[in-house]
Amino acid sequence: MKKLLLFLTITLITILLPINTFASVNLTGAGATFPYPLYSKMFSIYYKATGIKVNYQAIGSGGGIRQLLSKTVDFGASDAFVDDKGLKNFPHKVVHIPMCAGAVVLTYNISGNPFLKLTPELISSIFLGKIKKWNNPRIKELNPSVNLPDLKIVVVHRSDGSGTTFIFSDYLSKVSKEWKDKVGRGKALNWPVGLGAKGNPGVAGLIKQVPGAIGYVELIYALSNKMPFASIKNESGNFVKPSIESVKLAANTTLPDDMRVSLTNTNAINGYPISGFTWILVYKDLNKAGLSMAKSKELVKLLWWMIHTGQQYAESLHYAPLSPKAKAKAERIIKNIKFGNKTLLK
Amino acid sequence: MKEDKIFKTTLIMSGVFIALLIILILYSLFKGSYLSIKQNGFNFLTGKEWDPVSEKFGLLPFLVGTLLTSVLSLLISIPFALSIAIFSAIYLKKSFTGKILNYLTDLLSGIPSVIYGFWGLYFFVPIIRKLEISLGILPYGVGIITASLILSIMIIPYTSSIAREVINLVPSELIEAGYAMGATTYDVIKKIILPYAKSGIFAGILLSFGRAFGETMAVTMVIGNSNTLPKNIFSPANTMASIIANEFTEATKNSHLSSLIEVGLWLFLITFVINFIGQTIIKKFAPEGGK
Repeated sequence: MKKLLLFLTITLITILLPINTFASVNLTGAGATFPYPLYSKMFSIYYKATGIKVNYQAIGSGGGIRQLLSKTVDFGASDAFVDDKGLKNFPHKVVHIPMCAGAVVLTYNISGNPFLKLTPELISSIFLGKIKKWNNPRIKELNPSVNLPDLKIVVVHRSDGSGTTFIFSDYLSKVSKEWKDKVGRGKALNWPVGLGAKGNPGVAGLIKQVPGAIGYVELIYALSNKMPFASIKNESGNFVKPSIESVKLAANTTLPDDMRVSLTNTNAINGYPISGFTWILVYKDLNKAGLSMAKSKELVKLLWWMIHTGQQYAESLHYAPLSPKAKAKAERIIKNIKFGNKTLLK
Repeated sequence: MKEDKIFKTTLIMSGVFIALLIILILYSLFKGSYLSIKQNGFNFLTGKEWDPVSEKFGLLPFLVGTLLTSVLSLLISIPFALSIAIFSAIYLKKSFTGKILNYLTDLLSGIPSVIYGFWGLYFFVPIIRKLEISLGILPYGVGIITASLILSIMIIPYTSSIAREVINLVPSELIEAGYAMGATTYDVIKKIILPYAKSGIFAGILLSFGRAFGETMAVTMVIGNSNTLPKNIFSPANTMASIIANEFTEATKNSHLSSLIEVGLWLFLITFVINFIGQTIIKKFAPEGGK
């Protein structure tokens, strides 16, 4: 009996101890999984430089938004911006700060891994199930040098709710009215055709397995796995190959002040048309969010660091860093974060 | 005396705690799905469409997908699981080979389901595709049949290890009496061992069914995740557990989240009913005088 009590006490102490010792200097955040590799790199370097520990849980954008809503975290992170209707759920004003950009690429399984060119009309027709075979004259016309097989096109999409699907369907909704009316934009969709697979590895795996398959994955994933991908005709009429550079270019355009914008089909001349930001969400008045003054200051400092010093880590992890125009807007948003009526950053 | 009292209180408390836990789970599922029940009503059960964008939610495709995969996998696994159990418990009784066979079978249950999923995707899918090409069906490779095959391998150890244990429990006097009367091993198995162990074997099958019913990761990787009613066993489909796992983390709309919780509620209720029916059958099958 005594031994058991002793054991229980020790367990209890070990569980409670870390919370007591470090609680005052921790910042906590939760949300998107897509930028997690970048964030964890940034936060570990930030910890070494400043001693401020940031605890980030990659539980998914939806979870991050809900946790921010219930004020259980200091910041949330999301791959899709919260729409006007969603913003009304929050008790106080919330701001979106872009952190980096990612792109969605179209990858396929055709023997010989040829390099393909695609137009917005072709992509939407394929994903609506209207173009059924690879040797369709419309695809042939655009890719005269490629030997396209007489093979059924099998569409592969994400089965899990994801920011990647959001960006891709946002693009399709912009370029095709039929897509907008029939399917629409969202993280999870009612797909007209095709197979679903979980996560980027699932989609990539299924495409490799099924001859004639076409699907979309994050640029990071396609680059690090050396998958073939298509160049896509953008709004200005240029065929653009997806790369970190062309994603950065897509973001260097006129952007709204609140930065709740998708980067699909932008008018940037050499920009890749299917890309989007990933954001960190915080309350505009951190006092109302229930943070202490000291913590608020640290949070704002961290955000500032992330869009400046932190950006250098993006490219090596295949994320597109913020474009100059995007950075300027983000700076203004961070400067406007307050504690009551006190500014937090000079 | 004092220890006895403490022991008894602890036991009672654990029992009450478990019952309370189940009631609380049910309560929070109800609470979470309230919005969906209010919005979708009875259409939730009969709806064939799952469209988070226009907020239309129907459970039917997932219900059908779940039932098809779990029943099919059970049908495939039972002959194998029973053969393994009979072989190791009777023919290889207490031998070294028998121990190795038992160990290997039980090991199957220890493999993480994501490994089954990836193995299925890279090994099974090409085989099924070849089969589909020879049958003249659109060769996806993924679908209900692939998921059922993977599931059947995953649930074999559940049926077989329990069957093995109950076969070992058959009183040796009965078996010896059978042999003494000149019965062959086949006769003994068929007329004595299986009838005696029937309820235990059924309990094992029930456990397997529960496992197949709720399995998520491995299924989601090979079923094709198509949220439409399957046309045949080669069609891509989706299951209840898999739609929850797929969409829960990124569901930002309240109605979407609530509908996913309602899928969970139904999964809970159906599992509950299946277990209840199973328990009743076990009681009916239980050998007289035993248990």
